[in-house]
Amino acid sequence: MFSHEFVRNAYLSGTFIALACGVVGWFVVLRAQVFAGDALSHVAFVGTIAAALAGVNQQLGLVAATLAVAAAMAALGRRAQADDVVIGMVFAWILGLGMLLITLLSTSAQGGQGTITISALSGSIFGLTASTAWAAAGIGLLATAGVGGAFRPLLFSTLDPELATVHGVPVRALGVAFLAAVALVTAASTEAVGALLLLGLLAAPAGAAHHLTDQPRLGIVLSGLTAVGAMWGGLALSYAIASLPPSSAVIGLAATAYGAAALRARLRGAAGLRRTGRPRIDTQTGRS
Amino acid sequence: MAAMTGNPSLSVNLIADVRQLLAYPFMVHALEAGTIVAVLAAMVGWFMVLRRQSFAGHTLSVMAFPGATGAALAGLPSALGLYLACGAAAVAIGGGGPRQGSSAGRETAAIGTIQTVGLAAGFVFLSLNSAVLGGPETLLFGTFLGVSRGQVLALALVAFAALAALALIGRPLLYATIDPEVAAARGVPVRALNIGFLLLLGLAVAATSQITGALLVFALLVAPAASAQQLTSRPVAGLLLSVVLAVLVVWLALAMAYFSIYPVGFYLTTLALGLHVLIVIGRRIAGRP
Repeated sequence: MFSHEFVRNAYLSGTFIALACGVVGWFVVLRAQVFAGDALSHVAFVGTIAAALAGVNQQLGLVAATLAVAAAMAALGRRAQADDVVIGMVFAWILGLGMLLITLLSTSAQGGQGTITISALSGSIFGLTASTAWAAAGIGLLATAGVGGAFRPLLFSTLDPELATVHGVPVRALGVAFLAAVALVTAASTEAVGALLLLGLLAAPAGAAHHLTDQPRLGIVLSGLTAVGAMWGGLALSYAIASLPPSSAVIGLAATAYGAAALRARLRGAAGLRRTGRPRIDTQTGRS
Repeated sequence: MAAMTGNPSLSVNLIADVRQLLAYPFMVHALEAGTIVAVLAAMVGWFMVLRRQSFAGHTLSVMAFPGATGAALAGLPSALGLYLACGAAAVAIGGGGPRQGSSAGRETAAIGTIQTVGLAAGFVFLSLNSAVLGGPETLLFGTFLGVSRGQVLALALVAFAALAALALIGRPLLYATIDPEVAAARGVPVRALNIGFLLLLGLAVAATSQITGALLVFALLVAPAASAQQLTSRPVAGLLLSVVLAVLVVWLALAMAYFSIYPVGFYLTTLALGLHVLIVIGRRIAGRP
């Protein structure tokens, strides 16, 4: 299986994308920003179409669009955390914009819009070229290293923003930087995993890790490893079964891990063993 | 669309414009369906925004994709697949999600996982049976202008049933939304109401997405309701205002789409967002932050 170059490319980019999604996703879940991540992944889809329409490099368009929207969302929300309604509204409009762009693209000279939209929606990890695979792997590694490096202040500012501000942690700047990291990971993964399925890699391994342990360091490592495991297993599965799309296989495995972890947590909770020392992080209270 | 209807042209005479709009049955059907959808989405959306369940709402709206592709694979009518998928997801979010006392982050992780599992299943169905659908885009973005008479009637029936159910559970639902602890202490079945409301949301979304497409249901659910809640905090006034705004947005969007070559969805979302931004700015200027 590894004698094929496309499989090697898929594993190269997949490994680092999954690692980044797992590590960044752990914080996304802790900060209750899954919905923001979802919105960003759809922005990536619209960015791809916009780039195709403008005739610029697709990866460049992706990164620019997701970063811009992440910055806008951070600016609109309080404490650099966009609120439910703001995300929903921006999100809906971005999709409407996507419709307009698809119409424009189908009437323009470029043509071939079907392939672009489908591969942007569901991803085509087995179709990556070596250079895209290396670029995706590099961005993934960068995001992982960034979040890992800022681990302590980021955790502090997430768990207790007030206290962190008092201690001189730049809470707002960290919030913006974090959303930027999410945007980068999203942009890097869109081509491989696809805009619609990316959310699963952000949410499922991280959600599983949060169910299994309350220890931050252990949790984030566990989340990264689960994501990488799901990626490796999913790629192998879809290589073996031709009609199974790779992204679906990866998401299926990640979701299975999540389901098992949630079930375990529930069984232990029923046995009265459960207690989290973690304060409730709530973006829900902020009414616009 | 422009090519289909001969040559629609906008004049300064508004009455002539409206008459021209209503001359084609497909436009009349679209307006009827759009109005029904707007009323339903605005009412259910008002509760959704109040309950901060936009993410759940979006997840349910996305379930239209596996619903329709799965139904095509199994040879069932796609409307049935939509209702089944949305219902299953509503139960999964409401029942399978974490219990009280768990963090918001875990709850969103659960919803996010449910959403991508649905989508992943949709892509599997599609790859097993790619010939049936005209690509995922029509499914995701809808065909507002291809609505038939029968579809309008079916839509009206579903909307009527959903609104009747909402009227029935409205008061306890409001109570459980505003103060879940006290409501639970008073014997209001908070958990059952949550699942019930999600099922209702799923029903509304499944009905709406046949017209607007899976991705744009969401604009009608969120924006008018959020605008209405900016303007008033009284429930009945807010619900009515939300309905008025939604209907207005849908009518304007359909009319604008008719007179141009660009899709309804773009006008719909842009008008909804623009209206909301105007209202927020207006409130800021009026001095109420």
